[in-house]
Amino acid sequence: MLILIVGAGRVGSAVAKQALEAGHEVSVLDQDPLSHEQLDKDLVDTWEDAGGRFTVGTALEVDALVEAGIEQADVFIAATRGDNTNLVVSQIAQKRFNVPRVIVRVADPARAAWYAEQGLQTICPTQHAIDLVAQAAMSPA
Amino acid sequence: MYVIIAGAGKVGWNLARELLSKEHEVTLIEDDRRRYLVVEQELEHAVQYGDATELWVLERAGIQRADLVIAVTGDDEDNMLICQMAKEKYLTQRIVARVNNPRNLQHFKLLGIQPAVSATDLILRLIEHEVPQYGLVQLLALEGERLEIIELEVVQGAPAAGLRVEEVPLPDGCLIISVLRDGGGFVPKSDTVIEAGDEVLLILDPGLESAITPQFTQSGAAAA
Repeated sequence: MLILIVGAGRVGSAVAKQALEAGHEVSVLDQDPLSHEQLDKDLVDTWEDAGGRFTVGTALEVDALVEAGIEQADVFIAATRGDNTNLVVSQIAQKRFNVPRVIVRVADPARAAWYAEQGLQTICPTQHAIDLVAQAAMSPA
Repeated sequence: MYVIIAGAGKVGWNLARELLSKEHEVTLIEDDRRRYLVVEQELEHAVQYGDATELWVLERAGIQRADLVIAVTGDDEDNMLICQMAKEKYLTQRIVARVNNPRNLQHFKLLGIQPAVSATDLILRLIEHEVPQYGLVQLLALEGERLEIIELEVVQGAPAAGLRVEEVPLPDGCLIISVLRDGGGFVPKSDTVIEAGDEVLLILDPGLESAITPQFTQSGAAAA
């Protein structure tokens, strides 16, 4: 299974390493060449030596997406730090490249909810934090 | 008409001014605090501070009753999402989006955002119109109506040169609507003779260009 992750931040790179560890083929796209360090971190060798792929490019560049393997991808994860970039690129993955599973991180709970209704698999870390904090604050002592 | 404009840059601010002067109701939304304060001095309550990609900001601006939403921020992703939410969530009748990077135009189309206006494309089209060697100029594409208007220069020795309009072998679905000659233009009749050096305007179904161009260009290939 090929998993393409756009955005090699904390979440993107950690998920990438887990997926590679689990035996999947993993390709990461990020506009910052230095983000590669996030992928190398905690690995014995480099990300490539461990079997991962890395492409430098912006999320909306079709050439970069193709180079990163979007046409073969079974799973697409949009995890850049911009909600709007994530929402646009995930729709490109879904509607143009027909990637079977598209997962998108959206920090804004309102938009995460609405786009989920439109058929995107959104994950909203903010909503999870709100739920957990509220639960912790109001649970009996 | 009630118009919401996202982005108070040069384009957004001037659009707001124009529309206000034409007696329309306008709300301009700007998410840069300093820019907002500058614009607010002139437009007062017609400008609101906030990120127009957030639903509550759009709702505070009254997007439910907007007749037109225009997204002209400097960020293409923002413009796409603002228009997408206006159209699909709030059922706004008309939207207009600005394309900053022409390479993103394909993404606007993919998300069904029309019209998407790119300044680069507009300028390119003007340049093409001013370059004399360019054989075929697309003047207007009516995508909804599926019609195009093109301009062709009739070169010396072209098959159509010296023929009457009714004799020019053109495919069905196209019509010569105007002839530009000696600095003036006129609407031809069926017996008007096409001369080398004329510029002819044709209206046509999209896709017929390659069948039409050879009639007006020398070697049978587009002069472009």
